[in-house]
Amino acid sequence: MSIAHTHLRAARRKPGFLAAVLHRASGVALAIFLPMHFIALGTALGGADKLESFLAITHYWPVRVAEWGLVSALALHMALGLRVLAIEFLSLRTRTGALVGACCAAAIAVGLAFLLSGA
Amino acid sequence: MNTRTSTETAPSGGGDLMVRVWRGAEAGGFQDFATPRRANQTVLDVVTEIQREQDPTLAYRFACRVGMCGSCAMVVNGRPRWTCRTRVAQVEENGLLTLEPLRNLPVVKDLAVEMEPFFQKWTQAHGYFEPGAHPAADFAPVAPSAPERREADAGIECINCGVCYSACDVVSWNPDYLGPAALNRAWTLVNDVRDQGQDARLAAVSGDAGCHSCHSHMSCTEYCPKGLAPTFSIAGLKRATTKRIWRGGR
Repeated sequence: MSIAHTHLRAARRKPGFLAAVLHRASGVALAIFLPMHFIALGTALGGADKLESFLAITHYWPVRVAEWGLVSALALHMALGLRVLAIEFLSLRTRTGALVGACCAAAIAVGLAFLLSGA
Repeated sequence: MNTRTSTETAPSGGGDLMVRVWRGAEAGGFQDFATPRRANQTVLDVVTEIQREQDPTLAYRFACRVGMCGSCAMVVNGRPRWTCRTRVAQVEENGLLTLEPLRNLPVVKDLAVEMEPFFQKWTQAHGYFEPGAHPAADFAPVAPSAPERREADAGIECINCGVCYSACDVVSWNPDYLGPAALNRAWTLVNDVRDQGQDARLAAVSGDAGCHSCHSHMSCTEYCPKGLAPTFSIAGLKRATTKRIWRGGR
């Protein structure tokens, strides 16, 4: 029984494991984004022109895709975080797979709303 | 190891049930058996039939056969279960059963695991009643409606089967983690108003391998055959240990 065999079979059955991985991965993505966000805000200290020139790069499509990813990651992180809070403080007991699926669906919906808003 | 053993004809149609059984200890492989389908047969029935009719060297563990003793747990088609109360019809996948020993515990042989580490964790978590140096001489009145009594009642029916321990990812990652069963037991005792060992118990469950390591994957709660919710017990311990810090404990 190799370690890989054990973990693959275990992961297939455990949406809670998937939820934890997604929660942490989205958290890391947000943590990486946060310093760049502050840098962007910091350019405003040098005047509106500097901020505007910095914001101009957000019109490029790779940056727009990254923004969509960040918004989705933020929504996913928040939804999965609310799930943990509901479990730990409200003793929420429901099917983990359904709840994790609902969290992912909420994140996708927020991501789509971001795209459709044309932001 | 992949030997197929034929048996008697299935009495109820649908062909034989194919059973892949782990043989060996930590190192080993699966052995395939074919067993007849029978009405209302449980997974434990299947294992027993294999051992008695086909291969007497197969090692497994059981005692009560009615869901009380907690000794027959195995991993059935990837999910830890109590096999005496699990009907084959509920869990077979295309006529196949894959039986493995419980995860996160040393394999003694085939489907039997060493439970010693599991029960050591109970001791480490102070999962025993502590009457104190001067226990009360009279009965302690505990109202059934008392919040502490309700919390204790919610987790008290654990049968020590090890299903939650086997399902827990955190135990897989950190073998020192106390595990859902031991922490659930500790939580029932934290809510025992007669117990005099609360400070030491809360200290024991708040270390690196204690309740705060739980990631709330909920596997223990989903898989517990008794329908208990160790996740909520562990959450209670997290709150209790945090309050203890505010009160000046360490």
